[in-house]
Amino acid sequence: MAGAAAHLAPHSGSATRFEANLATRDTAWVKVAVLGIGLTYFAVFLLLPLVAVFVEAFRKGWEAYLAALVEPDALSAIKLTLIAAAISVPLNIVFGVSAAWAIAKFDFPGKHLLITFIDLPFSVSPVVAGLIYVLIFGAQGWFGTWLSDNDIKVIFAVPGIVLATIFVTFPFVARELIPLMQAQGRDEEEAAITLGASGWQTFWRVTLPNVKWGLLYGVILCNARAMGEFGAVSVVSGHIRGETNTMPLHVEILYNEYQFAAAFAVASLLALLALVTLSIKTYIEWRAGLSTSEEKTL
Amino acid sequence: MSIEVRNISKSFGAFKALDNITLDLPRGELIALLGPSGCGKTTLLRIIAGLEHADRGAVILSGQDASDKHVRERHVGFVFQHYALFRHMTVFENVAFGLRVKPRSERPPEKVIRERVHRLLELVQLDWLSDRFPSQLSGGQRQRIALARALAVEPQVLLLDEPFGALDAKVRKELRRWLRRLHDELHISSVFVTHDQEEALEVADRIVLMNKGRIEQIGSPREIYNEPATSFAYGFIGTVNEFRGRVEGSYVRVGNDLLPHGRTDLSDGSSVVAFARPHDTEIVKGEGGEGVAARVNRILTNGAITRVELLANGEAREGKKDYFEVEVTPDDLVALGLSTGERVRIKSKRLSLFGDQK
Amino acid sequence: MAYTRARRVLPGFGLSLGFTLAYLSLIVLIPLSAVFIKAAGAGWERFVETVTSPRVIASFELSFGASLLAAAINVVFGLMLAWGLVRYTFPGKKLVDALIDLPFALPTAVAGISLTAIYAKNGWLGQPLSLFGIEVAFKPLGVLVALVFIGLPFIVRTVQPILEDLDAEFEEAAASLGASRLQTFRRVVFPAIVPALLTGFALAFARAVGEYGSVIFIAGNIPLVSEITPLMIITKLEQYDYEGATAVASVMLIVSFILLLIINGLQAWTARRSGRSA
Repeated sequence: MAGAAAHLAPHSGSATRFEANLATRDTAWVKVAVLGIGLTYFAVFLLLPLVAVFVEAFRKGWEAYLAALVEPDALSAIKLTLIAAAISVPLNIVFGVSAAWAIAKFDFPGKHLLITFIDLPFSVSPVVAGLIYVLIFGAQGWFGTWLSDNDIKVIFAVPGIVLATIFVTFPFVARELIPLMQAQGRDEEEAAITLGASGWQTFWRVTLPNVKWGLLYGVILCNARAMGEFGAVSVVSGHIRGETNTMPLHVEILYNEYQFAAAFAVASLLALLALVTLSIKTYIEWRAGLSTSEEKTL
Repeated sequence: MSIEVRNISKSFGAFKALDNITLDLPRGELIALLGPSGCGKTTLLRIIAGLEHADRGAVILSGQDASDKHVRERHVGFVFQHYALFRHMTVFENVAFGLRVKPRSERPPEKVIRERVHRLLELVQLDWLSDRFPSQLSGGQRQRIALARALAVEPQVLLLDEPFGALDAKVRKELRRWLRRLHDELHISSVFVTHDQEEALEVADRIVLMNKGRIEQIGSPREIYNEPATSFAYGFIGTVNEFRGRVEGSYVRVGNDLLPHGRTDLSDGSSVVAFARPHDTEIVKGEGGEGVAARVNRILTNGAITRVELLANGEAREGKKDYFEVEVTPDDLVALGLSTGERVRIKSKRLSLFGDQK
Repeated sequence: MAYTRARRVLPGFGLSLGFTLAYLSLIVLIPLSAVFIKAAGAGWERFVETVTSPRVIASFELSFGASLLAAAINVVFGLMLAWGLVRYTFPGKKLVDALIDLPFALPTAVAGISLTAIYAKNGWLGQPLSLFGIEVAFKPLGVLVALVFIGLPFIVRTVQPILEDLDAEFEEAAASLGASRLQTFRRVVFPAIVPALLTGFALAFARAVGEYGSVIFIAGNIPLVSEITPLMIITKLEQYDYEGATAVASVMLIVSFILLLIINGLQAWTARRSGRSA
């Protein structure tokens, strides 16, 4: 559901059309009051926490900041975070594309139910997401005995972390592509087929170029969540320093050990990731808006 | 209520939507603001309503300057192009809206609101739809409800923005006739915007023809059609044959051809554009003599009148294909004995000439 | 039969749907069903005993109560922000618009420690607030603050597009019929955005109920006072009480499913009301 609100929908226009219109214009004091309250709220609840991360991170200066980042446990956490994202994001891209292809290009019974199921992971608490894999792969789980007999570790090990990450980032690409590809219909693909293109050629040359911005949009949101996931990963990780700690978990450990500056230093990397994600997201929205307005003028 | 528009100008950025418009609209008439898209007619209507501010000039309603009055204080009924019916309200509540939002002291009691709404719904012949929502209505029904809603507040003047623009051709014709009847019943001063000349000619008492932010002509439909005052008016209303050339004595030289005109006030050598309606244009057989050379392209018989479509001779027209149209009666057609591809000449006894700005 | 094979022009139906269903089942459906199977295996009495124990009940009250309140607060202020972003021009608007999504992009643990630092007794806001005797961090109020942070973009991003699409004609019509600006907002604009507000409310609420990372640092996690439900699951897991954990988890899952159905219904309503489906 997190994605339900974040959709690639190009913004339609500037506010001047409302401010210039006598019937939709608000009086000056209403504007001042609404903006004053709204922006104060924004500053206190969104801006302040973001600023605080960087201020706290540099509280003890540059050297302490850098030291916290190059420390072996921190490096290993960064590495594990990258691994988890590098596995879960491509898998969810493949899933997202294939789900969107099936749903948008064909009719079959139960389609709505399928879309609802794809959304499920968004409405499940991350803690529950971790729990379900413990129930299956944990020592007391369905496959627990078999796994320990064969000396395979899933829970409290890297595979568990990857599984939990895949679960929480499951819908991002799919739910971005499905409405987009549904809106685009099947005419262009059918035209390509009648012109003799194969299925793959149709996909690579016709479908993919049409949805590239939506796909990228889904991917960066998916990646941000994959690198930042805390609750689900926390349940399955076991918190073994240097082995099963991702960056968010490393932040937690440092924080609980009262190493605040170090905790915020690692946190600032994640905050930076968030800012990069938002910048790319804004750029994509601008591009998508551009291409729709180009279509309008054509 | 009379409407006076005094020296109104309005620009959107560099685009001049209205250029010093002055206009007197007497009370009780049904007036059409006619013009091509982008001519400023909708902007003018919105300025009269108070939905838009003019950069300069004044709007005077019933003799009082209303320029600084807000739209809600002007007591105008406005019917929007896409009806703007409130989606979450029933038809009844839509029509009652204007009464319900009146200040408590002026608000009629519920019983009176009910009666008045039902009377209005009867007037637009849709009383049986009062519990429906706008989404359950057809386009024509929505338009009539929008009209009833605007009338509910007993406005002094009714303003309609492209009232039939979003409807299909058949419903359009019906609603036109119905609006004319309604106006004859209520006699409320009404102004409607349209880009459809047929609509304006058929429905309005008076037409204001606009182009590029200026008024080209004001007059009755008959005057507008029969006595176009400007070359734009000639070209915009009805089908017309157009000739560009230079004055040479009692002729206009169009390329190599000479077209006779009956005017004496023209100086030799001036550039002119000449117009003639298809029914005022005649075909002359043979290749020599006066008239503009043309070739018969198609002969279309449709009822009592036959339309002859002719193709202008290439050389005079800068390589661009140009068509003329001439209407002939069956008798004349027989007398002429035309055949497709035949070379003829065309001329007109009722040629209108204007100075050519181009 | 509309679904016959012969009618499909485009290739890849079997492959794409097959892979989709297999992946969905393996990653989501089968693991989720494990919760219910495990909970059912423990028996009804054990289930009731767990979910009605005072600590769990207290966590339900806190999680649901704080989530409802946070979503309600966000409806009011989120609407103001959305209104400001759609209707007004002001400097820095693009930046504000882009940063609204921060809670989607910022890892929850980062938000958690940052909010804790701000609202701790020596923090930027904690210190001045403590002068008035208001404590936020390590109190239920801290939970509320974290959930407000998490929920804000849901309201803004569901209302914003509806406000954008709301044709000026409706307000012009209301004004031409004599309605004041306030009457126009109450009778014309507000009813048009109610479905979106409710959808945003439900989305923010559903997210808040399950939220863990941003809450856990600021909550203080005092039993019976500031323990949220997801934390109860973790606590039970750490005590190797798998049955207890699944019992609490199944309650949360059922709530999630119900919310998902409600949200789907609300979104369909929003679509109809805003005329997007028409």
